[in-house]
Amino acid sequence: MPDYSWPPMEKRRIVGKRTSRLDGPDKASGKAKYPSDLNPPGLLHAVMLTSPHAHARVKTVDIAAAKKFPGVTAIRVISGPGTEVQWAGTEIAIVAATSEAIARDAVALIKVDYEVLPHVVREDDLGKVGNRAKAAGEQVTGDPDAAFKEADAISENLYSIPVITHCCLEPHGQVIAMKGDKVDYWPSTQAVSTVGGDLAKYLEIPASNVHVQMDYMGGGFGGKFPADRWGVESAQLSKESGGRPVKMFLDRETELTIAGVRPSAFANIKIGAKKDGTIIAWQSQSWASGGFGGGGMPPLPYVFNKIPNYRLNHTAVSINAGSARAWRAPNNPQASFLTCSAIDDLAAKLNMDPLDMFLKNVGLTIRPDTYRLQLNKAAEMIEWKKNWRPRGQNKDGYMRRGLGIGISTWGGAGHASKARTTIHPDGSVEVELGSQDIGSGTRTVISMVAAETLGLPISMIKVKIGDNLYPVSGPSGGSTTVGGVSSSTRKAAVNALQKLYDIVGPILNAPPDRLEAVDGKIRMIGNPDKGMSWQQACQKLGVNTITEMGENDTKRTEGLNTGGASGIQMADVSVDIETGVVKMNKLVAVHDCGLVINPKTAESQVLGACIMSVCSALMEERVMDQQTGRVLNADMEFYKLAGIADIGDIVVHMDITPDNDKRGVIGLGEPPAVPGVAAIANAVANAIGVRVPSVPLIPSRVLAALNGRRNA
Amino acid sequence: MQNFEYANPKTIQEATALLGASWSDANLLAGGTDLISLMKEELATPKRVVSLKGIKDLGGIHKSGGGLRIGATVTFDELLENAAVRAEYPSLVEAAHGVSSPQIRNMGTVGGDLCQRPRCWYFRGGEGLLGMKNGKSLIPGGENRYHAIFGNGPAYFVSASSLAPALIALGAKFKLVSASGNREVAADKFFVAPQNETTREIVLAPNEILTEILIPSAKGVKNATYEVRHKEALDWPLATASVALTMKGNSVANARIVLGHVGPVPYSASAAEKWLAGKTITESVADEAGKAAVADAKPLSQNEYKVQLARVAVKRALLEAGGKKA
Ligand SMILES: Cc1cc2nc3c(=O)[nH]c(=O)nc-3n(C[C@H](O)[C@H](O)[C@H](O)COP(=O)(O)OP(=O)(O)OC[C@H]3O[C@@H](n4cnc5c(N)ncnc54)[C@H](O)[C@@H]3O)c2cc1C
Repeated sequence: MPDYSWPPMEKRRIVGKRTSRLDGPDKASGKAKYPSDLNPPGLLHAVMLTSPHAHARVKTVDIAAAKKFPGVTAIRVISGPGTEVQWAGTEIAIVAATSEAIARDAVALIKVDYEVLPHVVREDDLGKVGNRAKAAGEQVTGDPDAAFKEADAISENLYSIPVITHCCLEPHGQVIAMKGDKVDYWPSTQAVSTVGGDLAKYLEIPASNVHVQMDYMGGGFGGKFPADRWGVESAQLSKESGGRPVKMFLDRETELTIAGVRPSAFANIKIGAKKDGTIIAWQSQSWASGGFGGGGMPPLPYVFNKIPNYRLNHTAVSINAGSARAWRAPNNPQASFLTCSAIDDLAAKLNMDPLDMFLKNVGLTIRPDTYRLQLNKAAEMIEWKKNWRPRGQNKDGYMRRGLGIGISTWGGAGHASKARTTIHPDGSVEVELGSQDIGSGTRTVISMVAAETLGLPISMIKVKIGDNLYPVSGPSGGSTTVGGVSSSTRKAAVNALQKLYDIVGPILNAPPDRLEAVDGKIRMIGNPDKGMSWQQACQKLGVNTITEMGENDTKRTEGLNTGGASGIQMADVSVDIETGVVKMNKLVAVHDCGLVINPKTAESQVLGACIMSVCSALMEERVMDQQTGRVLNADMEFYKLAGIADIGDIVVHMDITPDNDKRGVIGLGEPPAVPGVAAIANAVANAIGVRVPSVPLIPSRVLAALNGRRNA
Repeated sequence: MQNFEYANPKTIQEATALLGASWSDANLLAGGTDLISLMKEELATPKRVVSLKGIKDLGGIHKSGGGLRIGATVTFDELLENAAVRAEYPSLVEAAHGVSSPQIRNMGTVGGDLCQRPRCWYFRGGEGLLGMKNGKSLIPGGENRYHAIFGNGPAYFVSASSLAPALIALGAKFKLVSASGNREVAADKFFVAPQNETTREIVLAPNEILTEILIPSAKGVKNATYEVRHKEALDWPLATASVALTMKGNSVANARIVLGHVGPVPYSASAAEKWLAGKTITESVADEAGKAAVADAKPLSQNEYKVQLARVAVKRALLEAGGKKA
């Protein structure tokens, strides 16, 4: 069997080198076409009518007037009479027309009669949700009551983090054409190889009848796996309009209302430690809501899950609001915030430097050595020992400065992925995978791996992804893509190269297993003069090509990829105690991700994740109005996100070491989105001397905490 | 967005002739940064849109009677770059600079800023200007973190204009022109708190154009604006204060203190203004004035913090005007 293992670190020419993303210029110049940019000939536009009520029963839907509206080609009722609508924004009907304006005007002519039912759209006060709360069973380990008695210090507090949305730059949607039972489908998706099957299921046609294509997409963050109702309905509209393509992308308001959220998390946490900082007891009553489906259970205690004595209670709350979808490391950012806040508060009770407290307790994690190293590295980067003061002591006029720590863990092993490598007689190389580049640099990584393996420059590799006719490769979720596609690409390229060696070996008079591909040449190992150029070698193929497959088998990754990623982030903030405004000075991020194929795009992932954490820590929250049942800030004005001036300095350290490298490739899409919120919240507590228990840390909450009040 | 007729007049006279007696007849389009969103949400549904961009007389900034005359279609950027404005009216510069996106500063106009509609999320969400449901306002019992701390209802939105407090403090006048004549309105009389859903938050009538802003000379008038912003990028201030201090030696002869984003109209803090007369600006004087400025505030269920922010804004604006950087 060929040796697929990664070449040793010191021998790599391309893998491990900072490489700019290959599609950067196309994206920056607008040459790259996203699904929402596509306007195929004969295009129709679809617009949806959605429910203004958070909870209602549809009595009648009258589409007669809309149907007659000139330019309308098809109308479908999605939620017909009798349907119980469970959140505002629910899809009621959809219209296809020759222009978006006509479709909108027609939608306005649809008359829907609702029986309005009582709603609950907020979960913050558990006492007010009545039968919407569903308790999960209690979990107990050790003897928490006895342990709390033995504790020298106990901290107890109620912390919370609200629902946020994905805020993809490109909203959910697709262009789709259905003729007979054949579908051409251009979705904005994280799942090129599987989304067609999802669509086919609802259309009751064979999955192989759906051709999915997507070269670029404008962000998913976990929210873009399914075909969605609007995809299925648009296909039907197309079919009913004689197969003309139909374009339908959610408008911003609908995007922020129904296209998925990250669940909230609330937790009353009691935590106890010995004088030396050793944590011995934990108790938490948590609740969360991810919309009507409830959902969202933060894994508590997070990372420090070997606390010997704990009691956990969790309650899922169903509210009349759009449902949860995976959001970059589902439930982990919430759990990190809750746990790290509790540990930081406990350290304050013990008058202990929280860095010492975290270090003291790394033994309660599954990777003590890694976390110890990372804590020390991050502390060095943020100059913890020089800059840290006990809570509330770092003063300059009305400004207060503080530092804080957050922690993360994640899996990140590669998903199932198949790749096909073709070597042509003219020396050109194609790599094909039914994968997708959701902005993380997947295309670039595939090119780098193929180029490294074949001894060619990146420019000689043509990567073909974004089409479900290519070999099946998993969806981009769970930070599994880089591990999956790099391993399958590696294997396919090695396999193809073996075939080339088999042809070239006899000509060079060398055993094929004594050949290597380096610097655009095929040559004999240890005898560089005995060889020929890549071009010459490929000419020997005559009229044939070499086409070989490679597969990442998740059960047997052969050391190419693995899971288990640790991370530490530390924040440095300044708080204006007269206004409650928090300013980011710095966020440092230390992450191990095994073998790093492209340090540059890996770093970009961390930077992006840190920015998302700044947003979530300081600004972001979905505001639900109990009176109207609607999202009040389903726009980019009051759904607040950071701009460049708000994010401060972000310094990333990738833990690229021979030891980490040996583990193989580990995904990095999600873990860096975990610890930032905790780090920033702890930094603010350190700065102002009191805990602001609820994020985002908006001025009202910061001032309330300073005034000794829990709520703003 | 509803269909509309588009007109591109070349003179003020042509433009006024295109306006009607009601807001649904015609709306004026300047930079469009607000009007277009209102039309998309169908909160504005004019039969005709009258562009002001082709009217030369509405542009430009020049000296006039010792003060300045600013055309209504002058953009934030033009205002910021103007030497005369920069020399005498730092409070206006700071307010214009605060409008936090380069795109809006590039397109948005002074007239549009003063005539823009409130950003209240109930209003923008289609619940009406006062957010009335079954005869009761949704705001006091609702999500009111960004709402008014001054005024007694029924309007709880906050006046959106960042330029207004500065212009009021500087004693500006606005010129309004209709087909039947002209009138000059003092800046502080331009804004009104509507008492019902059908009235507006400014006195401008549907058939009028705001053509120019006249600001008296600010020689010897120390002026400054301080804005409290939650974030730097694309956001609204939570509270602002613009101050203009006429000095007599080291002490304040006359003070104007106007708060923004705290009530349905810019709030003139007259008690604080009176209290400040004769005082020298020090940290504690500025702090006391801030306290006096918010003495009459009546916060709603979620916005008590804005009282503190308004107070701090006054203090810091005064310190800045007094040359004592806050
Ligand atoms: C995210 C965001 C943040 C913002 N932040 C701020 C801020 O911090 N401070 C701030 O002050 N503003 C802010 N703005 C608002 C912005 O300043 C206004 O949209 C802009 O000033 C409007 O000017 P315009 O020329 O584009 O007006 P238009 O959109 O063209 O018009 C606005 C309204 O004024 C009327 N109008 C315009 N000109 C005249 C005239 N000459 N006579 C009579 N009526 C007229 C129009 O009919 C319309 O009703 C923000 C906007 C956004 C979207």
